[in-house]
Parts: sequence; structure tokens; C-alpha cells
Amino acid sequence: MQDYVQNLADNTLILGQRLAEWCGLGPFLEEDLALTNTCLDIIGQAKMLLEFAAELKEGNETADDLAFMRDQHEFKNVILVEQPNGDYSQTMLRQYFMDVYHVHLYQALSTSTNQKLAGIAAKSLKEVVYHLERSELWIKRMALGTDESFQRVQASLDKLWHYHHELFEETESLTELVKQGIAADPNVLKQLWLKDVNALLASTPLEIPQKGWKATGGRKGHHSEYLGLMLCEMQFLQRAYPNSEW
Amino acid sequence: MYSQGLRDSKAGEDSQELLDAFQVRIDNEEKIEPRDWMPQAYRKTLIRQISQHAHSEIVGQLPEANWVTRAPTLKRKLILLAKIQDEAGHGLYLYSAAETLGESFQKMYQDLLTGKAKYSSIFNYPTLNWADAGAVGWLVDGAAIMNQVALCRTSYGPYSRAMVRVCKEESFHQRQGYDIMIKMAQGTPKQKAMAQDALNRTWWPSLMMFGPSDKDSTHSDQSMKWKIKRFSNDDLRQKFIDATVPQAEYLGLTIPDKNLKYNDKTGHYDFSEIIWDELFDVIKGNGPCNQQRMDARNKAHNDGAWVREAAAAYAEKQNNRKEVA
Ligand SMILES: [Fe+2]
Ligand SMILES: [Fe+2]
Ligand SMILES: [Fe+2]
Repeated sequence: MQDYVQNLADNTLILGQRLAEWCGLGPFLEEDLALTNTCLDIIGQAKMLLEFAAELKEGNETADDLAFMRDQHEFKNVILVEQPNGDYSQTMLRQYFMDVYHVHLYQALSTSTNQKLAGIAAKSLKEVVYHLERSELWIKRMALGTDESFQRVQASLDKLWHYHHELFEETESLTELVKQGIAADPNVLKQLWLKDVNALLASTPLEIPQKGWKATGGRKGHHSEYLGLMLCEMQFLQRAYPNSEW
Repeated sequence: MYSQGLRDSKAGEDSQELLDAFQVRIDNEEKIEPRDWMPQAYRKTLIRQISQHAHSEIVGQLPEANWVTRAPTLKRKLILLAKIQDEAGHGLYLYSAAETLGESFQKMYQDLLTGKAKYSSIFNYPTLNWADAGAVGWLVDGAAIMNQVALCRTSYGPYSRAMVRVCKEESFHQRQGYDIMIKMAQGTPKQKAMAQDALNRTWWPSLMMFGPSDKDSTHSDQSMKWKIKRFSNDDLRQKFIDATVPQAEYLGLTIPDKNLKYNDKTGHYDFSEIIWDELFDVIKGNGPCNQQRMDARNKAHNDGAWVREAAAAYAEKQNNRKEVA
């Protein structure tokens, strides 16, 4: 259970941290505001989920300890969210993949037999529905906008497609949680995700890359090289000045 | 849209009769609205002032964004993000207010990117430790509030209304900054040292935010007469110092001015002469971060070009489809 919540929490924390890198630097003012809004929502979700994850650990750790004092191998997020922002198409495609996932995930979890998880999911669902509206529109704009934008978003798709598999990996413990009605069924999520993503891509000239590796490992703490560097930055103050109040 | 706002005569041709009538309206505390007649110089001054203010909000995102990815707790990260987002919002209201005077956003923004337009010199200083995120909120937003509260009663309607909206958010900015300072100043010796260092570096530049001394301020007299400005630079600066010194004392930090002393006779704090050459130098572009800030704004703008083009091309295709259908 702790592992499951930790995965959900880390997905949002790391995605939010990546989005925070855009703060003040968006492609135009209104978009900068809107992306920071998404970032705020997602880090807000991370905070709720980390608080729950800390509670489930039954130790003295707080949400901040989990965010700022764990090393990279202890993070359980999927590798997709730690991928660099790249250009705006890469950021938005990563966002779109996660938005579709979060909408179906939170939808399912809003009826979880775990009250706490159901509450967090219900609250977050409203936010991610709006995020999805935005990221979906951006994928359309880029795919159908100019030659350059099409080429960029196609290149991002070629790069990022291979990471989605990891969102739907099954493990024994997850299957058990699904049985108890606590967690969302990854197979169901995968079907819903593929249906939505395929439908959007079909309305554009974008093509899904046919072969390639399948990302895996994040949920076990086996990450890409990007995560360690990102944590150096994110955790700097807590590491350099431990036992301080901020 | 804006043509109605442009009914005033060409530069230099404002008739005395119109000017007098305008002054009567100002003296009667009437708000001037976009469609009203106004002197060319009034319009020009406002465009300059409001667009500079807008640019300051946008460039001002950068020094604080420097700490967003390193904010020490989740709560601080959320608050700082929200604060920076507010500043972008202020930029938007202010550009809109300036647009009501007939200046296009594109033109104003281009002037910022080419370095033709100015913005507040405070943002050309670096934020070097986490306490700077606190000092910026406390002192820079604090100084901005002094200016902006005064501007809530400025004579140009859209500017005054934008300021009312902005001021509502600014007090949260100052509070979150002061709250960071409290934690740092009352924290470990290393944290306290960071807080003092941030205050040492931010104090004088924040006093310079009120602009040159009244005796050297080129734009002041006419602006006061037209009630664009309602308080002089020196008055606002004094008010800021008087309000801020007790706050520094509460923190147990030392303001870096050995002549700072309460004057029983005046009821105000005396302080050292500001090194004006530094202000003029930073305004001229020779501050520690002028180049860096302009590079960052230009890079964001250039990197975003294809994104804006894609959005425009997509919108046009959608429109065409609607027309055909
Ligand atoms: Fe502001
Ligand atoms: Fe401001
Ligand atoms: Fe502010």
C-alpha cells in the first residue's frame, strides 16, 4: 500500500518539479501563467500524496522528508516524468501522457475503498481534467499547426512513446490492492489510456513509432540518469543545512 | 478600438483651452478614461510609466524563479510559485492598461527585448541564497506596495483600477517574504548569516526603487500636477524606511547603514545619502544582472516563437474550417 501511494506521489512530485523549471520562461505570458497553474496543482497533489505516504510509513518522516531526504533509488516514480523538459512539444507531450493517465487514475480511485485515497483522487480529478483539456489542445496545435511544430512534436513522440508502458506495469502487490478495491486496475487504465491517445493521434498526422524499447524500472527505484541530477538541485538546501526550519 | 482614445491633438498642438479644462477635471479628482481627451504628454508619460511597470513585473519573475526549483519545502515551493505567477498576472493587467492608451503589446514587448525600454533596476541584482527569496518579498514587494498603494488613486482610470487589483495580491507577497526572513533569522547561525547577507545586499537597491531624489527627478513636477504621481519619491522612500526599520529590529538583523537613526524632531529615521551613481549605472544597463535578465527574456521569447506560430496557424485553420462549413 505504501509503495503504491509512494509511486503516485513521486509521479506528481517529479513531474511538478520539472514543470517548475519553466516558471517565468514560458513561450508567452498567458501560457506561462497557465503552465505555472498546472505546476501548482500537481505539486499540491504531490503534497497530499506524500503526506499520506508518510503516514503509511508509520515512522517519524514527514512529507518534506520524503521529498527532500530520499536518494534517487528510493524514488518510485515512472521514468517518463523525470525526462528533461526539452522543447515545448516534449514538455507538452509528457504532460499529455500524464494527464490522460491521471484523469483515468483519479476517476477510478475516487471510488477506492480507501477513504483517504478516494478523497485525494476526487479533489485532484477536477484539476487534471482541466490540465488534459490544455495539453490535448496543445498537441493538436503542434501536430496541425506549422511544419516545424509538426516535426518537433513528432520527434517528441518518437522519443517519449516508449515510456508509457511503465505506467501500467503489474506487480503482485498491486494485483492484491486491486482485488481489495483500493488501487486502480492497471490493465483497465491501459485500455482507457490507449483509446484516448490513439483517438487524438488519429486526428493528426502524427505516427506512433513502431519499435523500440519499453521503459521499466522506475517503480523499483531503477531510474534514468536525469533523476539524480534533478534531486541535487531540488534537495540542495535540506542536504546542505540539515536539521533546519524553513 | 483605440482610435476613439486618440482624439487628442498632435504633439505640441494641445490648445491652452483644452489643457485648462483637463486640469480642472484632474483637480476635481475625476478619473481620466481611455476615450477622454488628454494631453499628448499625459498619454506619453503614462505609456512610459505603465509599460515600465509591466516590464518590471515580467523581468521580476526571474530572480525569484531562480530559487523555485531549490525551494526547501513543498509549502515554500508552492507559495513561491504562486507569488511568481501573480507577478506575471500583474504584468498582464498592466500591459492591458497601457494598451488602452493606444500602444500595442507587441511594440511594448519588443522595446523590452531590445533593451530600449526600462524596468525597475532592482531586478538586475542576483538572488544568491535562499534568504534572498525572503528579502525580495519583504523589501522589494514592500517598496512596490508603497508605490502601488499611492498609485491606486492615480488620475488615469485603467491604471488606478489595475493597481487596486495588484495591491490586493501584494500584501501576500510581502508577508510570505517576511515569513521566510523570520524562519531564517531565528534559525541556525548559518541561516541567520544568510538572512543578514541578503539584507545587506538588498537594502540599498530597494531604497533606490523609489527613484532619484526629488531634486533630481526629471518627470516629477508635471506628473504631480496631473496626479499621475501623488507622492514624491523622497516621501515614499522615507515612509518605507520608517515602516521597515522596526521590522528589521524584530528580526534581529542589522540594516547596513551606520547613520540610520530615529530623529525625535522629525519623527522619521535619518539615513545615509544613497549612492546615486550606482542607481544611474544600473539603469544605464551596467548592473550585475542586466545582461543575464535580458538574455533570459530574449531566449524565452525566441524559443517560444514556433509555439506561438503553431497556435496561430492552428487557430487560422480552425477558422477556415468553420467558414467553409
Ligand atoms: Fe507585482
Ligand atoms: Fe509591482
Ligand atoms: Fe509582488
